[in-house]
Amino acid sequence: MSRDTALVSADWAEANLDAPGVVFVEVDEDTTAYDGGHIPGAIKLDWKKDLQDPVRRDFVNKQQFEALLSERGIAGDDTVILYGGNNNWFAAYAYWYFKLYGHGDVRLLDGGRKKWELDARPLSKDAVSREATQYTAQDPDVSIRAFRDEVVDAIGTKNLVDVRSPDEYAGRLLAPAHLPQEQAQRAGHIPTALSVPWSKAANEDGTFKSDDDLRQIYGEAGLDDSKSTIAYCRIGERSSHTWFVLKELLGHQDVKNYDGSWTEYGSLVGVPVALGDEPGKA
Amino acid sequence: MTAVTSAGCAAPDQAAPLPASVDLEKETVITGVVSNDSGEAVAGAYVRLLDSTGEFTAEVVTSPEGQFRFFAAPGTWTLRALSRHGNGDTTVTASQATNQVSAAVAA
Repeated sequence: MSRDTALVSADWAEANLDAPGVVFVEVDEDTTAYDGGHIPGAIKLDWKKDLQDPVRRDFVNKQQFEALLSERGIAGDDTVILYGGNNNWFAAYAYWYFKLYGHGDVRLLDGGRKKWELDARPLSKDAVSREATQYTAQDPDVSIRAFRDEVVDAIGTKNLVDVRSPDEYAGRLLAPAHLPQEQAQRAGHIPTALSVPWSKAANEDGTFKSDDDLRQIYGEAGLDDSKSTIAYCRIGERSSHTWFVLKELLGHQDVKNYDGSWTEYGSLVGVPVALGDEPGKA
Repeated sequence: MTAVTSAGCAAPDQAAPLPASVDLEKETVITGVVSNDSGEAVAGAYVRLLDSTGEFTAEVVTSPEGQFRFFAAPGTWTLRALSRHGNGDTTVTASQATNQVSAAVAA
């Protein structure tokens, strides 16, 4: 993967709003943002209602994903352009789903909703509907998804990248500062995890930094690119952003997103936890 | 860039309403309004909360009334607002409970 196949610019997007076979999809943390104005022709996926299992703590399975995309009118050979607020966190999370279920051509809109708005590009409140399809997904590609036991085993052996803010890493905050402080039973981070906040990879307008800058950031942070990597955050959406950078932009081979993230790890009984600004020992 | 001032004690309450579940005995809330050169509230501005080292911590979009709100921790923070009207920075020293801040943006 590379920037050319994983990312489109706002200029490209604006020029291809009506292009056949291109579907724009908005995915936001604030699921009301779409209704207040969206990219013309874009459909919406609700990261909670559409992408999570309603009962178990897990995301939609293959059949649920197929039913969702069929109903929303996305075909297997469509080019899917994902975008959203929060610097594309939830769009990157959805991108990871599309990859997990084997969609051929999926890309992120560089800068997401923020750059689009700050550039004063067109937004529409018109309802959008697409003709239903018969979408067929692949079996989930678990080579990009990490589970808890694998994460515990990775302590001191693989690269663990904690992409939350420095205060969450150190254990001074339990959640991002725009949310009430809640969730995991314990604060802190997984011992030996490097702290590389997802935001290091993004410019102020939400676009990704250049490949050279990105290589420098993770190199200086101590990421050993000869090792496998697991990225995590609080619930797996910010770490999808970093997973996207390492796997899709920089082309690292073995990168997984741990979507259980701190809300799972920080509530496990008997696992080691490190506090403070240093990675800590295995 | 326009200078930024913290709201005085007598300033009207411009805070975004807090959910009933928020416990101000525990939370450090930073809230306020983004305004432009003419003093008008700016809706849809992007407000970034940066920690004392300048590291990004969180970002919210202002409400139709220009309001923003963060759940932070006691300490020194920088608020950086981005908008179509321009950008602006302000520093806030937050303590537990609610901290009100005005932020201005200018081209």
